Amino acid sequence: MTALLVATDLHVSLGARSVLHGLNLSLEPGWTAIVGPNGAGKSTLLRALAGLLPARRGQVLLKGRALAAWSARERGRTIAWLAQQGQASGELNVRELVELGRLPHLGLLGTPTAVDRAAVDEAMRQTECSDWAERRLQQLSGGERQRCLLARALAVQAPLILLDEPTTHLDPPHQIAVVRLLQRLAARHTVVSVLHDLPLALQADRLVLMRQGRVVATGAHDDAALHSALCEVFEQAIRIVRVEGRMVALPRLG
Amino acid sequence: MQRRRQRLLLVLLAASVALLLLGLMAGGDGLSVGTFAALLQGEDGALIIGQIRAPRSLGAWLTGGLLGLAGALAQGLFRNPLADPFLLGSASGASLAVVAVLAAGTVLGKGAAWHAAGLLAQVGLVVAAFAGALGGVLLTLLLARGAQHSLRLLLAGVVVGVVLSAAGDLLTLGAPEALRGRQVFMLGSTAFLGWQSCALLAAGLALSLPLAHRLSRTLDALVLGEDSARSLGLALAPLRLSLVGLLAAATGLAVSQAGLVAFVGLAAPHLVRRYAPGPHGHMLLGSTLAGAVLLLAADVAARTLVAPQELPVGVLTALFGGAYLLWLLQRQVDA
Repeated sequence: MTALLVATDLHVSLGARSVLHGLNLSLEPGWTAIVGPNGAGKSTLLRALAGLLPARRGQVLLKGRALAAWSARERGRTIAWLAQQGQASGELNVRELVELGRLPHLGLLGTPTAVDRAAVDEAMRQTECSDWAERRLQQLSGGERQRCLLARALAVQAPLILLDEPTTHLDPPHQIAVVRLLQRLAARHTVVSVLHDLPLALQADRLVLMRQGRVVATGAHDDAALHSALCEVFEQAIRIVRVEGRMVALPRLG
Repeated sequence: MQRRRQRLLLVLLAASVALLLLGLMAGGDGLSVGTFAALLQGEDGALIIGQIRAPRSLGAWLTGGLLGLAGALAQGLFRNPLADPFLLGSASGASLAVVAVLAAGTVLGKGAAWHAAGLLAQVGLVVAAFAGALGGVLLTLLLARGAQHSLRLLLAGVVVGVVLSAAGDLLTLGAPEALRGRQVFMLGSTAFLGWQSCALLAAGLALSLPLAHRLSRTLDALVLGEDSARSLGLALAPLRLSLVGLLAAATGLAVSQAGLVAFVGLAAPHLVRRYAPGPHGHMLLGSTLAGAVLLLAADVAARTLVAPQELPVGVLTALFGGAYLLWLLQRQVDA
């Protein structure tokens, strides 16, 4: 399998503070979940992979070409991005928000075509927000808004989808719905998501475990070595067990 | 929702036509159909209506349109409903430049250069106000090191506003004769708008509105936050700079023709948002029309409320605009 996105010796700083220290990563098709304790640099890594933060040293290659060499619009068509705690204010209704996902295709001057409208319809259907098309964002709950923002990211129809905490604000049924959606998308796309929720992250094809700006371990969701690294990084506060054929992380309360 | 937006635009267009007609009728005798009919038949009708009332009314409509557009641009750029067109130092820049020209005119007038003083008074004030407004915004951009960071831009705008206002005060102390002219400029007036002003204002609006409309999706994308907007392939730095440039040009042009008319730029986007909110393309168009209607209505009121005396139009826009925003705030609190 060819990796769509490769980071080599990636160093990234936020202001004067160095956050990522020489990180190497190869993201293959399928769903990869990035996990790690708070402050590990997960969101910073995702932003750097999306080209939203410059590398201090090292580089990110998208389809074998340095990310910095891509034009902004070309990159926008190839990488769909959902921000952590995605914000959305203003006067747009849900459909108008999702339509923003077509901007990389249309540019500022283009008029939406039938293809664009179909992409928006499909993204709204996948995230179950078609019923609110005419509602303003301010009239939605946090979870409903998150689903609309996810639809906005999906409407780009990019081969690479980067999602920072896509299940934030969602209730358990919708968290599961998003996980199922990511699993379906992973059949045709490269999906990378940062997730705090370990049980959800363990439903991904692969996990990347981070600590203090470095990758500590990578592996398939049922990889025993990865599980042991997870328990160590999370200070033995969790244990990973197999329940009904799926890997599940449980807190050690006792 | 789409229908509601169209309806609002149609209502604003109809109000514009009605107010333009009222603007032709409003004069020293107030609003009277009989007087207007007599004036039409009289010898002075063509002069009074064609050369005074018509350009004044149209000029007020165009000035209000530019201020409404600038207000919607400012609120979209800063994602803040309290932003107004004068936020980036244009008001204080224009005011300082006007005071400087008035003071220079006074100095020249004391000497033998009467001719130069007269020229300064006629042309200098308009050019100075426009250049001063642009200069104020340019200074803000320099201090903020570009338009990339909203907060830095806002703070720089506040600093430039305070410093240039203080410089204007200082200059007025040295040349007290400029005080009255400065006061007229600060209150705003539509009384001096002629056909030349209308041509300038119309050209400015005809250029800035379509351009701003074309860039409006940038403002839509910015509601998602900077990172998400950039991830959509938008080169934010040049786009924001272009929008600030449009904001400065629209404000500068309006200010150079009618002085500092308060609240129109702030209230117009609120009015559109209240009745038919929508993407920024719609907001810009709606706010332009709403601003035009607001200022023209204030102009007609200024001419007729205490006729044959006239009220400064800026005082009325401040009173009505302030009252409207307070009412809106109260409704939101109640809701």
